Amino acid sequence: MITDFVSYIIQGTATTVGVALVALPSGLLVGLGLALLNIYGGLWMRRFSAVYSLLMRGVPPIVLLFILYFVLSGNLINLEPFWAGSMSLGIVSSAYQMEILRGALLSVSGEQMTAARAIGMSRWKAIRFIILPQAIRLAIPPWSNEASVVLKDSSLVYALGVPEILRRAQQLSATSQQPFLAFGTAALIYFVLVFATNRLLDYVSERSKLPTQPV
Amino acid sequence: MESNVILQAKNLTKIYGNNVIFKDISLDVNQGETIVIIGPSGTGKSTLLRCMNLLTKPNSGQVFLDGKEITCKDCNEDVVRQHIGMVFQNFLLFNHLTALDNVMVGLTRVKGMKKPQALEKAMHELSRVGLADRAGHYPGQLSGGQQQRVAIARALAMDPRMMLFDEPTSALDPELIGEVLNVMGQLARDRMTMVMVTHEMGFAREVADRIVFMEKGSIVEQGSPDELFNHPQHDRTREFLWKITELYGSKEKQKGGQ
Repeated sequence: MITDFVSYIIQGTATTVGVALVALPSGLLVGLGLALLNIYGGLWMRRFSAVYSLLMRGVPPIVLLFILYFVLSGNLINLEPFWAGSMSLGIVSSAYQMEILRGALLSVSGEQMTAARAIGMSRWKAIRFIILPQAIRLAIPPWSNEASVVLKDSSLVYALGVPEILRRAQQLSATSQQPFLAFGTAALIYFVLVFATNRLLDYVSERSKLPTQPV
Repeated sequence: MESNVILQAKNLTKIYGNNVIFKDISLDVNQGETIVIIGPSGTGKSTLLRCMNLLTKPNSGQVFLDGKEITCKDCNEDVVRQHIGMVFQNFLLFNHLTALDNVMVGLTRVKGMKKPQALEKAMHELSRVGLADRAGHYPGQLSGGQQQRVAIARALAMDPRMMLFDEPTSALDPELIGEVLNVMGQLARDRMTMVMVTHEMGFAREVADRIVFMEKGSIVEQGSPDELFNHPQHDRTREFLWKITELYGSKEKQKGGQ
């Protein structure tokens, strides 16, 4: 039955969304930390984060995914494929999110820091209460782009055997000889997910815009 | 006259690379005094101001606030800056905060004041600069003059021992300068201790207790407005003032008659 067929693939949606929901926030956390270290952390931290970013962005995500998977799911640490896969994607994404946040942080004028320090704020407080809130607003549009990349790249964990959308579509395609229906359904689900995410973030971006018009 | 020194700058020198900004400058700021620093651009006036609250570190020399050195290695500069308010040429309001929050943020995040008290204090400071009705507006919704007045309120809210003004009206449209000068003039009359860099000579003459003329990284001469404007001792001072008055001639002549 075609409804059974389609619903089998749709059941993978929760896993796909789950992978993205682990990868994006963990990538954000690590990326934010690295961006702050890159800008405010002194010479060695700047070098470290720059090299990290270069390496992570210079290798195909699927290759990193395999390497990280065998680290996270090896003898020392033994995570399930879902967690190992999502966290690996998070690490890959952290480098891109670092660059997004770095750009946003640098776009906030250095004079905002001066003004914050002038009323007696420590560097850290100035970053937290003055610089970051402005940088995050600037980061939302490029971050929306990264969110859709991570959503789509979540399909890579299929290679680790995680039963997400693509994995299920591939199984059905093999058993039913209906590749177009199987992968077409997968494509449609991905599209809806990415579209909805981008619209949501557009809305957030619009809502967080600072008023400039005189009232 | 018994004078009570609030801030003392001693033999300050600032060098950027091979460029000596100023050398061996000393200046005492007395309680309740309004000092106006004038001089051609590039003579280190703004840098001197920034050395006073340690936004820029002098290469050598010391600064004392209420008799205590603030340039020492383990001095807490964040605490020092709470006591020295600063107003910038470009206002530098926090763009993501309303006028009220701009004034409040130092109270809540730096002084650790509770929200209700901070709100009350911030509203009081906004009223002082005549902007209570703009409390909910973001910087992008305010005119330059209004932004600068919020910036003054933000600095005043910290109850500073003294205020520094770095060309506070230089970035303003001419018709907005007056509202900012009015606020500053009121502060001078309230005997707030102030050091300002400005090119508003009419204003300087009106409110200053002391005018300091700086050129090429050193203080050429200083004195009361009358001494400096009417009886300058140095040729350079005379030349500078002559150029400035030529520029703002008509305005000066009107005020000069009083």
